[in-house]
Amino acid sequence: MSEHTKTADDFFDTPLPTTNLPPKEQRSQLLQALLDMDPDISFDDPLENDMVLNMGPSHPATHGVLRILLRLDGETIVSAMPELGYLHRGYEKIAENETYHEFITHTDRLDYLQPLHNNVAYILAVEKLLGIEAPVRAQYIRTMLSELARISSHLVGFGVMAMDVGAMTLLLWCFREREKIHDIFDLVVGARFTTSFTRIGGIAQDITDEGLAAIRAFIDQFPERQQEGERLLNRNRIFFDRCRNTGVISAEDALAIGLTGPNLRGSGVAMDLRRDNPYMIYDQLDFDVITETEGDSLARYYVRLAEMKESVKIIYQCLDKLPQGAVHAREPKKVLPRKERIYTRMEELIHDFMIVNFGVNPPEGEVYHAVESAKGQLGFHIVSRGEGHPWRLKIRSPSFCNLQALPQMLKGHLLSDILAVLGSLDPVMGEADK
Amino acid sequence: MGLESALGEGYLTTKLDALVGWARKNSLWPMPMGLSCCAIELMSAGDPRHDISRYGMEVMRFSPRQSDVMIVAGTVTYKMAHVVRKIYDQMAEPRWVIAMGACASSGGMFRSYSVVQGIDQFLPVDVFTAGCPPRPENLFNALIELQKKVEKSSVLDYRDRKEPIIIS
Ligand code: SF4
Repeated sequence: MSEHTKTADDFFDTPLPTTNLPPKEQRSQLLQALLDMDPDISFDDPLENDMVLNMGPSHPATHGVLRILLRLDGETIVSAMPELGYLHRGYEKIAENETYHEFITHTDRLDYLQPLHNNVAYILAVEKLLGIEAPVRAQYIRTMLSELARISSHLVGFGVMAMDVGAMTLLLWCFREREKIHDIFDLVVGARFTTSFTRIGGIAQDITDEGLAAIRAFIDQFPERQQEGERLLNRNRIFFDRCRNTGVISAEDALAIGLTGPNLRGSGVAMDLRRDNPYMIYDQLDFDVITETEGDSLARYYVRLAEMKESVKIIYQCLDKLPQGAVHAREPKKVLPRKERIYTRMEELIHDFMIVNFGVNPPEGEVYHAVESAKGQLGFHIVSRGEGHPWRLKIRSPSFCNLQALPQMLKGHLLSDILAVLGSLDPVMGEADK
Repeated sequence: MGLESALGEGYLTTKLDALVGWARKNSLWPMPMGLSCCAIELMSAGDPRHDISRYGMEVMRFSPRQSDVMIVAGTVTYKMAHVVRKIYDQMAEPRWVIAMGACASSGGMFRSYSVVQGIDQFLPVDVFTAGCPPRPENLFNALIELQKKVEKSSVLDYRDRKEPIIIS
């Protein structure tokens, strides 16, 4: 063994770092014993020290792989600290090595409860960078499908929150509805789950009449099914008592932490990018921004329920107003040509070769574009140096910011309230960890 | 057969292996190691449409002590790999592992600094399932293949040390 190789003994001999430690008089007995490396201390009162409990990363109610460290006094939470990164897949680095088109598939896996919304958010940022815009019909289809994705995401939020506080039936009912949405995606997009539907300057393929009929059939029956589900929970005493006044956060705190989406609107701040900074065709649609004022788990739950109804309203309007026309912008150097044309025309073949191999080469510059996804404000910040792939791509993921509120929301509550609070925050770890 | 005629009617004889294999195969309790996107399809497998209980496998146990087959559904990062391995070690034998999806099988689309390129680097895998994510039907296919494998396995040496099954 060379002399540079460290063994376990070396680590024991190294004194512990002593910065940031409280002065000797204020240290707890346990901390002092740890510092002295004293293996046989005993406590007169075992309850003198707070209990530290580890929750996750493999726990049915942490919505994936979230780990929460809790300091408990009896059953009351003294402090809570979420630890993230168990699903860190390195998206931002991956993006730097892929062309703009290639990265679309990666956006599906960011927030995997609503892949289509991520596709749309990303592609809008790229289009802004390129300075092109998709035709109106494509915008309508994108809007319609992303509202469907919002419903499917809220359905999981709704069902999982109910399951966490003990109502299993609702989860099964929500998944029944989600299956119907998956069927629509299967028909319209070609994949039931990971959609990758958007393209620069348009969408992968136009929607068929069959697809439109399927969407209409779904939203015709959906409000009634939602009512059924609500009836199970809204008058349920147990659910009510567990969610009311838990995880309360005031509007100022919510804004300071950077909450967005239903979690912010549950605290009474009517902020919705669809209305405040309309993208696509949201300025031509009529919908309400839902708010509740209590700021507790129940309020956030109500916001989600009402938002599903608004989404249905939006989809109806899109279906009624859907214009005819092309679904691809006329930008041959930026937009992938149709497959039929690639095989028969020289010009298209060259463009396809260039776009696939070298990318779309946007001008130098930076853009930021955010959309209101089901979880909150989902933004992409792209820095371009004129190459086929981004120089830097930063993802502003709503779940990551929303989770920052957890320590504050949990403080002073009982251990079992974690489930209600976490369920009402509705984080997705794929997006939070990136 | 000699033994049956000696015992008379009303008796059924079989190999112990066959009996145990039959019993084991029909009560595989999964431990859903849901990590990311594939976990949502794993949840879909339990929904009313796909109904995993048709195979006697709806008893999802989040406690490793009570489960027989670990379904690793999702991207395993280096940070998570220790946890997955620890949970596997806590499971009681006999135990099996299904790698659900491209990520668990091979790292999938994430050739990045933080993702383990396939869980077979730290776990013995019985069935690899392709797809990103695999449809629930494909997961059932994997479970049925696993059932066949379990049925054939021996009581003494339950783990078939030959090639794992690859479903594409
Ligand atoms: S295989 Fe695909 S769907 Fe499954 S976890 Fe990996 S990226 Fe997600």
